[in-house]
Amino acid sequence: MNFPILSTLIFLPLISSFFIFLSKGQKNNYSAIYISLFSSLATFILSIFVWYSMDFSSSEFQFLEEQSWINNFIKFKLGVDGISILFIILTTLITPICIVSCINSVKDRIKEFLIAILVLETFMIGVFCSLDLVVFYLFFEAGLIPMFLIIGVWGGPRRVYSAFKFFLFTLLGSVLMLAAIIAIYWITGTTDITQIYEIKIPKEYQNLLWLAFFSSFAVKMPMWPVHTWLPDAHVEAPTAGSVILAAILLKMAGYGFLRFSVPMFPLASEYFTPLIYTLSIIAIIYTSLVALMQEDMKKLIAYSSVAHMGYVTLGIFTFTKQGIEGSIYQMISHGLISAALFLCVGVVYDRLHSRMISTYGGIVNYLPKYSFLFIVFALAGLGLPGTTGFLGEFLVLTGAFQKSYLVAMLATFGVVLGAAYMLWLTKRVIFGVTNNEEVKKMHDVNKTEICMLGILTFLVVVFGFYPAPLLETFDISVNNLINNYEMAISSGAIE
Amino acid sequence: MLNNLNILLPEIFLTLSIFSTLMIGVFIKESFNLIFNLSSAIILFTIAIIFNSSNETEKIFLDSFTRDSFSNFFKILILIASLFVLNASKVFIIDNKIGKFEYPIIILLSILGMFFMVSSNDIILFYLGLELQSLSLYILASIDRDNLRSSESGIKYFVLSALSSGLLLYGCSLLYGFTGSTNFDLIADQLIKDNTGAVFAMVFVLVGLAFKVSAVPFHMWTPDVYEGAPTSITSYFAVVPKVAGLAVLIKFMFIPFSNILSEWQLIIIFISIASMILGAVAAIVQKNIKRLLAYSSIGHVGYALAGVATGVTSGYESSIIYISIYVVMNIGAFSCLYLLKKDGEYRENISDLSGLSKKQPLLAISFLVILFSLAGIPPLAGFFAKFYVFTAVIEQKMYALAIIGLLTTVISAFYYLRIIKIIYFDDSAISFDPVKNNVAKLSVLISCAILITFFLYPAILNNVVDALFIN
Repeated sequence: MNFPILSTLIFLPLISSFFIFLSKGQKNNYSAIYISLFSSLATFILSIFVWYSMDFSSSEFQFLEEQSWINNFIKFKLGVDGISILFIILTTLITPICIVSCINSVKDRIKEFLIAILVLETFMIGVFCSLDLVVFYLFFEAGLIPMFLIIGVWGGPRRVYSAFKFFLFTLLGSVLMLAAIIAIYWITGTTDITQIYEIKIPKEYQNLLWLAFFSSFAVKMPMWPVHTWLPDAHVEAPTAGSVILAAILLKMAGYGFLRFSVPMFPLASEYFTPLIYTLSIIAIIYTSLVALMQEDMKKLIAYSSVAHMGYVTLGIFTFTKQGIEGSIYQMISHGLISAALFLCVGVVYDRLHSRMISTYGGIVNYLPKYSFLFIVFALAGLGLPGTTGFLGEFLVLTGAFQKSYLVAMLATFGVVLGAAYMLWLTKRVIFGVTNNEEVKKMHDVNKTEICMLGILTFLVVVFGFYPAPLLETFDISVNNLINNYEMAISSGAIE
Repeated sequence: MLNNLNILLPEIFLTLSIFSTLMIGVFIKESFNLIFNLSSAIILFTIAIIFNSSNETEKIFLDSFTRDSFSNFFKILILIASLFVLNASKVFIIDNKIGKFEYPIIILLSILGMFFMVSSNDIILFYLGLELQSLSLYILASIDRDNLRSSESGIKYFVLSALSSGLLLYGCSLLYGFTGSTNFDLIADQLIKDNTGAVFAMVFVLVGLAFKVSAVPFHMWTPDVYEGAPTSITSYFAVVPKVAGLAVLIKFMFIPFSNILSEWQLIIIFISIASMILGAVAAIVQKNIKRLLAYSSIGHVGYALAGVATGVTSGYESSIIYISIYVVMNIGAFSCLYLLKKDGEYRENISDLSGLSKKQPLLAISFLVILFSLAGIPPLAGFFAKFYVFTAVIEQKMYALAIIGLLTTVISAFYYLRIIKIIYFDDSAISFDPVKNNVAKLSVLISCAILITFFLYPAILNNVVDALFIN
């Protein structure tokens, strides 16, 4: 097919953001809202079309596009496979939900806000589509600009501190990756990753390059001990910003491990597995304990995200089919669940302007519909069977048990802690005694809110019971990934 | 003979027009407007002449003057940059009552000096061009002669620059003494590692050149002169002489010093690292935006020199790409300053920018793009500038230089972010005055458009610069 469908997918939000820029009016700018909603839905439909027309029996990259760019060796190359398409769909699904959510909650400069969200969507889709290291880096870093503005302009009281911390942490991690990308260019003569997979990077370079990529992905993931920017960013960001941050931006790092670190540096990945296991276990247990003690709902969910991402890194570096499929599933599921939880916090925040757990209590008596939805997502977050959260964690743990009992046991302990903080949060917010008179005056979720949360509930439950469509999508790609990895390890061992 | 004159046509045309406009200025009163427009026309005409001239390498006057694609490229860059700087600042010049008819003429004279610098293939011609340029710049720095700070900056610049010119000249004379020639090509043959005296001379020449591009540790004049001179002059200083200075530096490294790479490489690496670090760290505490841009330009010169430090053609090319993109970014940044007027005064403090995003959203977003580009964040052009430089540096396996350079980009990102924070996150009660300066607005928009769309086809600049070093 000659039609550049992936470029269209990437640049459609960008072009529509230009039209929003031209639209007039600041307050109640409905034309801006309609344009952004329409274009993000169109992008979503287009991405579903890509998914529908993909060939899942092949591990090759599909919908390839290649254009001359910087020089003959660094090309603007795009393509999708079974792994990346799901992240693209996650992005295109979450974006319209964010746009709907900000109609009520963003009072000031909504036009600029929508532009930032759409530009961010372009960069996020670009990250998941790119098949060239430089193109990947371009989109990966570019996402910082709109996110910095979203936190800084529309954020809470400590927004400046959080925005700077977010930007500088991520940038510091990424510049080393840039150095590594350039080094790869000189070692292999190309930055096209399909070619790099074939060429295989010599053993002596792998460890350093792996560490450079790791520095970037670890910050973005975020892994303990460089996770400290995430709670700050989440707390200060507006609801839509938190949703995108948790649902999509964090997934870039997990995707990066799958797409770059493991296939390009298999020997180094093997070598550094103990490091990853240690950091993942610390993330799972330590941040779960930290989450228990939080008094701010957003901070609690932010720490729980760090713990959930711990499962993702653990799963990827088991190099087993279950482990890797579990991590991908966990990422998709976390994308849906954390987005929904942040939206839930946003709903009550819009009414009482407080994120403190102590403000609320006994909500169930006054907001029954809201409480139902909140409980569904809290249970999904702790991994209740029948929701997507369970499947991801279960598969990761299955993978981990094949590699190391100790690691798996410790990770399982994290599941218990996860249940503890989620249930305790629910107990304190939804049940209990209402001390705050304001809570009694709150009105229940309105139609748009039910619509946003309902879609997410539907997906969380449906894919919790019937995961096959997702698993089938990336099955072959994951098999291929593991085969290549094992071949590289066995040939590396012979040398 | 006539052929030779043809090669020199841009310079001859420029010289003649400078003298005739000077005559017009002397005999017609209140002629600033006329001369200003005439000067712009002269610049445009010179661009046309250079476009029409051939790119084949020709050396004339005993091989002391070269015309090749290298010099033509830099001449066009200098002319286009001057054209934008000059026209964007016109309203500013008139508002600040420094609209003397000499102003554009002196700028043209400095351009002429730079023409000879980039075309020179001989120490004497090079030095003459450099001095013509420098003398014009001293006058320009103090053109607001009733303003104490402007005069101070002119004197400061003159004293320090004269000292560095002295060192440079001393180096040139040593070079002549130890190699027996003033011609670049002949010097290159004689200048080998064993010729200790000539290597010694190279250090002096390098010091003089480093001063002209304001690289650390010869940068002391930059913040003071940038701050003291009128903004219109500062923007000229920040853009045009940097281009010429870097061009000459590259030329020296490429021709006369090409055989002693191992001797000068370490010096350039040191200068480059020092400039990057100082440019990043010292800018953090600045309150005046011109001072901040001065330190930022020191940092940018550091990155450009990192490309030179590689000592190979691909490195020089990356430096040229860097400086070209730097020109676009700085023209945009300074044009923004011409549009910031509060209570009838042009503002220079960073804190005065607060609330700009609400009062003038279009200007704010343009400034945002320019600042992120200066910080080197993709997908803006500033990223590609750094990308090319570091690609060249890593190709030569100079990993330490690359890592330090990349880390300083993170530090420097901090102060660019600080400006963005003030523009976007802070509120202000005072509103901005509307400024009727359409050319400045236009140049802001053009530079933004270039910075944003550059990523669509970055090879375009590559292809042009690749052709410069073919011979």
